[in-house]
Amino acid sequence: MKGLVTRWFRRRARVPRVVRAALALVLGTLAIVGLAAPISHGQTGAPSGAGAPASGGPATEFNAPTKSPEPPGPGNPAKTFPDSSALRADGFNLYQQSCSSCHGISAQGIPGVAPSLRAVGPGPIDFYLSTGRMPLEQPRAEPQRNSPAFDRTRIDALIAFVSSFGGPAAPTANPFAGNLALGFHAFTLNCAGCHQIAARGGITVNAQVPDLQQATAQQVAEAVRMGPYLMPHFDSKQIDQHELDSITRYILWTRHPADLGGWGIDNIGPIPEGIVAWFIGLLALVIVARLIGERLGEEA
Amino acid sequence: MNLIERRVHRRFERAARVTDERLGVMGAIKWAMRYVFPDHWSFLLGEIALYSFIVLVATGIFLTLYYVPGASQVIYRGSYPLLQGEQMSEAYRSVLNLSTTVPAGLLFRQVHHWAADVFIAAIVLHLMRVFFTGACRKPRELNYFIGLTMLMLAILEGFAGYSLVDDLLSGMGLAIAYSVAMSIPLVGGQLSTLIWGGPFPGSDSFLPRLEIVHVLLIPAALAVLISMHLAIIMRQHHSQFPGPGRRERNVVGTPMWPAYALRSIGLLLAVAGGLFLLGGLVQVNPIWQWGPYHPYLSENGAQPDWYIGWLIGALRLMPNWELVIAGRTVIPNPFWGGAAFPLLVFGVMFAWPAIERRVTHDVRRHDLLDRPRDRPLRTAIGAAFLSWVVIVFAVGSTDRIFYRLGISYTTQIHVWRVGIWVIPILVFLATRSICRSLQRSGAHPLRAWQGEVVRRRPDGEVYVVADAVADQAQAEPAEPPVGTVPGSGDERPPAL
Amino acid sequence: MNRLSRLLGLLVAARATMRAARQRPQPPPSRPESDFDPRRRVVPSNRRAETAVAVLLLLAGLFGVGFTAVYVALDANTQLLGIAIGGALCLLAAAAIVAGKLVVPQETAVEERGPLLDEHRVETVVEVAEAGGEGISRRRLLIGAGGVCGAALATAAATPLASLGPTLSGLHETPWARGIRLLDDQGRPYLAGDIQVGAFYTALPEHSDPEAFGAGLLVVRLPANFLHLPGARRDWAPDGIVAYSKICPHAGCAISLYRYPTYAPTSQQPAFTCPCHYSTFLPGEGGRVVFGPAGRSLPQLPLMVDSQGHLRAAGRFHEDIGPSWWGVHRAES
Repeated sequence: MKGLVTRWFRRRARVPRVVRAALALVLGTLAIVGLAAPISHGQTGAPSGAGAPASGGPATEFNAPTKSPEPPGPGNPAKTFPDSSALRADGFNLYQQSCSSCHGISAQGIPGVAPSLRAVGPGPIDFYLSTGRMPLEQPRAEPQRNSPAFDRTRIDALIAFVSSFGGPAAPTANPFAGNLALGFHAFTLNCAGCHQIAARGGITVNAQVPDLQQATAQQVAEAVRMGPYLMPHFDSKQIDQHELDSITRYILWTRHPADLGGWGIDNIGPIPEGIVAWFIGLLALVIVARLIGERLGEEA
Repeated sequence: MNLIERRVHRRFERAARVTDERLGVMGAIKWAMRYVFPDHWSFLLGEIALYSFIVLVATGIFLTLYYVPGASQVIYRGSYPLLQGEQMSEAYRSVLNLSTTVPAGLLFRQVHHWAADVFIAAIVLHLMRVFFTGACRKPRELNYFIGLTMLMLAILEGFAGYSLVDDLLSGMGLAIAYSVAMSIPLVGGQLSTLIWGGPFPGSDSFLPRLEIVHVLLIPAALAVLISMHLAIIMRQHHSQFPGPGRRERNVVGTPMWPAYALRSIGLLLAVAGGLFLLGGLVQVNPIWQWGPYHPYLSENGAQPDWYIGWLIGALRLMPNWELVIAGRTVIPNPFWGGAAFPLLVFGVMFAWPAIERRVTHDVRRHDLLDRPRDRPLRTAIGAAFLSWVVIVFAVGSTDRIFYRLGISYTTQIHVWRVGIWVIPILVFLATRSICRSLQRSGAHPLRAWQGEVVRRRPDGEVYVVADAVADQAQAEPAEPPVGTVPGSGDERPPAL
Repeated sequence: MNRLSRLLGLLVAARATMRAARQRPQPPPSRPESDFDPRRRVVPSNRRAETAVAVLLLLAGLFGVGFTAVYVALDANTQLLGIAIGGALCLLAAAAIVAGKLVVPQETAVEERGPLLDEHRVETVVEVAEAGGEGISRRRLLIGAGGVCGAALATAAATPLASLGPTLSGLHETPWARGIRLLDDQGRPYLAGDIQVGAFYTALPEHSDPEAFGAGLLVVRLPANFLHLPGARRDWAPDGIVAYSKICPHAGCAISLYRYPTYAPTSQQPAFTCPCHYSTFLPGEGGRVVFGPAGRSLPQLPLMVDSQGHLRAAGRFHEDIGPSWWGVHRAES
């Protein structure tokens, strides 16, 4: 046996000994490294860790949202939505058709499916409906911006119905009262990690983060104070009204950023720049080279 | 000759005599003017790189006059509204002023940046041409090594250049470079504190040092290497594709004067013109949009410039392995993707001439190039290796793919951890088979379709309108041209 | 054992047979030298091309003048400057190329490559070099001494490099120590009561350089059912407020992504993610890595609340912050 192995190693072959030795060394190193490597932690996805797994908490844990929308803050302007008993009645009917299958008949939520809407107030309802993120096809899907399923009147009706259960007032923001430089500063610190510095969107693990080019000032204010889906929320002590106005102003500004250098190529940095360098710059120069030089088969 | 021509002739003659009396260089000048350049278009790719380098140096001189390598924090009071009152380093402020206030400042900055991107892209394309045509064989191995060294230096130079600005994007990149330096086993800690003058973000002397490296040390090294590269080419004469009249011991092409000089100058002007058009019309590295760098800030979707993209792909792809022995972190994680991977890629490229010599037992001098199809094994290995690197490079943008197409990031990473090994094998097999079939058919891979066009007459009969194969055979002489080896696939003249 | 050897022998033999059956690629035969003479010289005499060159040159000049005009009169607008000078250069390029291909004589010439290897020259050089060493009797002594000297001088030449950098001790230090207050980036101290569940805060140390690598902190509050800190760190989180280094232990980027579910059962648990290579850490479990290339967990800082309700550090990080290196102090797990 040993003789066979030694003879195999020593024989003259097309693959020289040096290469075989190098290969053996590399494979051996990989084996050692593989032994040294810890077991890679898999990504823990939905829906683990919601409660202490071993002890198991009270059943009502899953009925309450784990973060609640923040109020606008003392002295800060709030958005008022139309309210009347007729609207509430309309809202009740719409709710039963479109929302109750997940959120429960009286907005109390269904454990393991959707949270209660009883204490959220008008802000989140307006946000999710006016951005088309709700109604959601699958409870586990990521709510994404879509064309709204309801027109403004119906949204107002649903807001009237759901906010009749209580909750904080809806925040609002006035971009004209904001300061662009302050907005850029606050956005960089709090928002750019997920939304990209020019609000062009991005990702986290494992969700898409939307770009904000279609967001209105009202939607920005609501999102900041409530934190939709996986987004954290920011109360008025962390981001005061002036900062909120400024952030909103900056976000609206990113729709048409100051592209001093010409064509902004989507403002996301080196990926489109590399594409331009290869497929516009270098390609044009290679075409020039083809014009200058000759091709095989043309020589006389 | 008419009057003007006679006057020009006299002036020229006098200038030549005056020069020769003092320098005695007319022999060399005649040699240079009659020097023959084989002029296949793919031999101009290296020139594109060279001319981009010239644009880099010219625009770089302008930029040096404005850049301030200062790390001390200042408050901005300039003309760009979004950064009013913002705290930033002096370096960032100097580039911000250059981009917003200095006339033509932004133009030169953008031309410089585009030139760097195109410079390295042209080198890579040139390297691919050199590899796939076998120009790295004897006697050109030395020039090949010089070229690879220049590629490494160019990549470092580009990274250093855009990191000088100290904006958010490049600052994040510098932190990663620091981590890769730290991850070098045993000496990483010392090496990084040496370079940075302390723990990141480093001392006040880091930016001035980086500037000297970028403005003096690497450009000087590149200039020396470029001169050596060109001198060796001229000493050995350029390689050429085989064809009528072309032998191993001769060079067939266009003499330098007048045609080739004009075309080459034309290429220089085209490179400069294209880069200035890009620099004026397409925005690149808008640092005012990123804002200044602070170690406690970052943004989503931050990417390095394209020539570092292969490293971010490798860093993202690697599982979280760190080799820890007795409490000592022998191999921290960034080492695999940030140092071992590029060393491996360059190592293989440097070792290639030796590998090829060993495998083919071919130690003859080669001045005639191969068509890629004539060496199916080399082409296939090269294509497979290239695909491996390109896939790792593409993995660097999986976050944007998730954003655009909705394919989950974690899924992509897990798939590509396997894919980077599977795809190159498939590329190898496919390329080898394509080369072999091209060898047999002699067809051009992109042009000259093979087939027939048929029409049906009203009475149902089908007749042939055009037959590509028959046409091609008709256009060629019946006998194989002199100078081909029957049976080697050389019957038809190469039609690349 | 015998059977195994036979089987292996059979496999080796089969492989050898298969390889022999396939064609062995030889170095390809040298091409037979062709005696076709490719030299030719064509004088174009192309008046239209000459006119084209002249027109292109004039147009290029026009664009060049345009560059100065834009610079002076149009406030040096970047796009127009680029079009002007880029256009001028491209037109000039076109002129040169048209001239080079259609105006001047087109010639195909042949030049001989000189030989490179000249055996005679090589021998002469070797002889001359060796003649320089004629008469030296103790080569080994001289070479040995030269080697020692060379090594010593090389070390001496490399020594000034040490002046470039300080020692490694700074790598273990951060501005955080017991009692240092947490400030926001405007310099206001954080009140423990203001920290909300579902929000994340960036904190910097009082009286310290905010640009230091170890300065940035991530502060979050987690409801009790989410907090599962390792035993030794159970009391590091007053009221469920935890603090971690903001610097990713993979490659040093600032961790600026925080996901916090609105409704946990259909979503994912709270986690920090680094935007560079997407290492993901669980603040509720002591910064444990759950995805991504980070090789160790996120370093945690113990917190305490002082008499005025401000948040202060209660000690140092439990391991080194920043990227790993040979001497990094790691946590036990």
